[in-house]
Amino acid sequence: MAKHHVQTTINGDPIEFLCDTEETLLDVLRNQLNMTGTKEGCSTGDCGACSVTVDNRLVCSCLMLGVEANGKKIGTIEGLASGDKLHPLQQKFLEHAALQCGVCTPGFLVASKALLEKNSNPTETEVRYWLAGNLCRCTGYDKIVRAVMDAAHEIRSA
Amino acid sequence: MQDKAKSPMSSEFSVVGTRPVRPDGVDKVTGRARFGADLNLSGQLTGAVLRSPHVHARVLKIDVSQALALEGVKAVVTQKDFAPQVNSTTAFGEGTLNLMHMLTNVLAGDKVLFHGHPIAAVAATNAAVAKRALKLIKVDYEVLPHVIDVDEAMALGAPLLFPDMITEGVKPAPTTPSNIAKRIDIVLGDVEAGFKVADVIIERSFKTAPVHQGYIEPHACVATVSEDGQAELWVSTQGHWIVRMLCAKLLGWDINKIKVTAAEIGGGFGGKTVVYLEPLALLLSQKSRRPVKMVMSREDVIRATGPTSGSSMTVKIGATNDGRIVAGEALLKYQAGALPGSPVGPGCMCAFAPYDLPNVKVTGYDVVSNRPKVAAYRAPGAPISEYAVEAVVDELAATLKMDPIEFRLKNVAKQGTKAAYGPKFGPVGMAESLEAAKASAHWRTPLGKNQGRGVAAGFWFNIGGETTVSLVLNEDGTLGLTAGTPDIGGLRASLCMMASEELKVPLEKIRVQIGDTNQLGYNFLTGGSRSTFSSGMATVEAARDIKKEAVRRAAKLWELPEEAVEWDSGSGSVRPAGPNAGKHTPMTLVDIARIAGKTGGPIVGYSRLNAHGAAPSFACHIADVEVDPETGKASIVRYTAIQDAGRAIHPSYVEGQYQGGVAQGIGWALNEEYIYGTDGKLQNAGFLDYRIPVASDLPMLDTIIIEVPNPTHPYGVRGVGETCIIPPLAAISNAMSMATGVRFAELPMSPPKVLAALDKARAANTAKM
Repeated sequence: MAKHHVQTTINGDPIEFLCDTEETLLDVLRNQLNMTGTKEGCSTGDCGACSVTVDNRLVCSCLMLGVEANGKKIGTIEGLASGDKLHPLQQKFLEHAALQCGVCTPGFLVASKALLEKNSNPTETEVRYWLAGNLCRCTGYDKIVRAVMDAAHEIRSA
Repeated sequence: MQDKAKSPMSSEFSVVGTRPVRPDGVDKVTGRARFGADLNLSGQLTGAVLRSPHVHARVLKIDVSQALALEGVKAVVTQKDFAPQVNSTTAFGEGTLNLMHMLTNVLAGDKVLFHGHPIAAVAATNAAVAKRALKLIKVDYEVLPHVIDVDEAMALGAPLLFPDMITEGVKPAPTTPSNIAKRIDIVLGDVEAGFKVADVIIERSFKTAPVHQGYIEPHACVATVSEDGQAELWVSTQGHWIVRMLCAKLLGWDINKIKVTAAEIGGGFGGKTVVYLEPLALLLSQKSRRPVKMVMSREDVIRATGPTSGSSMTVKIGATNDGRIVAGEALLKYQAGALPGSPVGPGCMCAFAPYDLPNVKVTGYDVVSNRPKVAAYRAPGAPISEYAVEAVVDELAATLKMDPIEFRLKNVAKQGTKAAYGPKFGPVGMAESLEAAKASAHWRTPLGKNQGRGVAAGFWFNIGGETTVSLVLNEDGTLGLTAGTPDIGGLRASLCMMASEELKVPLEKIRVQIGDTNQLGYNFLTGGSRSTFSSGMATVEAARDIKKEAVRRAAKLWELPEEAVEWDSGSGSVRPAGPNAGKHTPMTLVDIARIAGKTGGPIVGYSRLNAHGAAPSFACHIADVEVDPETGKASIVRYTAIQDAGRAIHPSYVEGQYQGGVAQGIGWALNEEYIYGTDGKLQNAGFLDYRIPVASDLPMLDTIIIEVPNPTHPYGVRGVGETCIIPPLAAISNAMSMATGVRFAELPMSPPKVLAALDKARAANTAKM
């Protein structure tokens, strides 16, 4: 079957690609567009490593087809920093040592950004439940939760 | 815990003990860092693995002709394509190595031994073609009866995985084969005599389920082999020199033919210390002359890699009324999976190691059954045996009406203690950890309803091993540091800090990388909590090498004998050693770098060593648990991990190790297990059903870093990564006992099991009334 022609926006840039029906958005990002910042940990929507935003909604890109990106605005880890300036979440993850191996980090950052856009002053419990769809095996989440709360504080104070 | 961000923990140091941002950090928060599956090469094929649909079967015939004939299929391999291997077991890192077993694990030979056992591999132009090709490989099987449980596998009449397996370590050797690969005995003193003088003896049996390392990044590699046989391998691994050696041996190639580059690694925890896909990718690439990329699915990761052993154990400990343990005995039966090599050895050695005991007897069995072959998992074997011992120690303390910390302190291992497994300990931090626990605010905080508090001790050896580091002084005085142990959790930061401390060069002037196998001498892997210890030791040596060379160069320039020039460690410069040496302006490394050309050429510090003296790390953890009496669900409400780090180079990453180990231990204690059906097939091969702790399962995880410096490391470093996974199992079990009044003896303490135990206790209480 012929491939589908998809027109989308990724991190603000207009992007076109061709994909097979069964290709996930994650496959397209990683294998066609060479945007490998978005990670694959399970391909079943259980680990959150492939988190992206679609029209500002947090989504596991392994659970969405590439064709469904047509006409949508996609946000990935590659779009978090602006120019030389890291997003406050990125900066706080570094300062708090909120990553060890770092493979879950892009997913956590994308998910955390989506949280703070909805709720600029989350409680620890709200952070923990929002991030419950993102698995980290290295940190025990302590420093991740602290980094997110600290970033929220900084964004509110800015 | 950011309070110490600016000031070092010890006044001896200016950089060590601070908390700078890691040098590889920005790449990892921007998506720029390249992990195992992030590399793509031009002309690359997709590799895929055919796995056994049976739990135990004889392989009668494999016919790959139809698969090879499919358009787009470029190569197919089976075990026959590999070099023949010898069935011989040698010591290797924290475990053992048997190349014949490793080959059998990579691809099955005349038998498949577990559901998901690889049997063939293909390389094709894309994943869809590869998948079709796998279906075209015809395998004739003769299905055999299987055995999953460790006690059943040891029973007479159990289905045998290997008809010629005679138990090692038993004299005289058994005359009949069994599933018991090996027996291990450790004896100190005379336990029978010890039990005779005991006032209280407690004996309990325990079971633990196998658990997976659970790294978030599945195994992944890209191999490319040129027409002249030169191979490059990009791989997510804990040790690329190990991958090179294993692949060379399995393929029968010279080591120099394979260059291995370690990708950024998305977690390993011991599970990425062996090979699964790598030899297949190399062979497929050699056959197709195209790059081959292989990435494992999550299901295959859980079904066919790792995990660590499940176990069945009995522990018996005797103590006198004044709280002195007089004898400890343990019987440990560990599942090895389908091929021998469980971590029962270290399990036996560690079991009683936190204590100074006169009489110890430990017997271990390494038992095969139709499960995936186990791989190392963070302090391999130790969490299992120490869980059983610490649960009995806790019950003994309660029986003697002693405080559990005081009881442990009374029997604590200290400098000079002879461990049951042989050595005498040097300076160790077990007593310091227990004292810190006792003094902590956590220990004194009142508990709420349905809550209990447990403590447990933990011990792990830590290892050293072969290490090479190079440190290049660049033309402008900046430095390039190359180490060979993959950075899984902040290693680059720690190494950079040690070089900076030694040379008084700012951190941002040192660029650190993990070199490939062609760039350095041999490096053993990142494991055994050795990377900061060993590569740190080599980094300090390489930095001292630079200092010596700087002195030589200045001496040459100043036309002085070398002994008339010295390194001033205060300013980080070379200067005349005294007034007799004449007046010369001290030279910094920037000055030295500028004159390198005319004083002898490039300046490179180098260290290659076999790091000895990795000192053990001891820990004490406190867990508060709340148990819901209606559902049996246990929640961790507070947790404190106290552990001796020797010296915390970067305290945030030391805390991170403690917290990560605790989280894995909590999963092991409460949730995680391999669940098998009677058909011998794993029922929960995915992150939905194999449930590791998520953020909402855990509280903040408090840490206390104890520093009893390791005298053999220039900065006092001990390994810290492994000990921290040991105490949670028993600390939580002991807390559950306090919360519910019921002693638990099986992991995981999942809600159905806890509820059943609570219901049973409630029924017994009602019957009494």
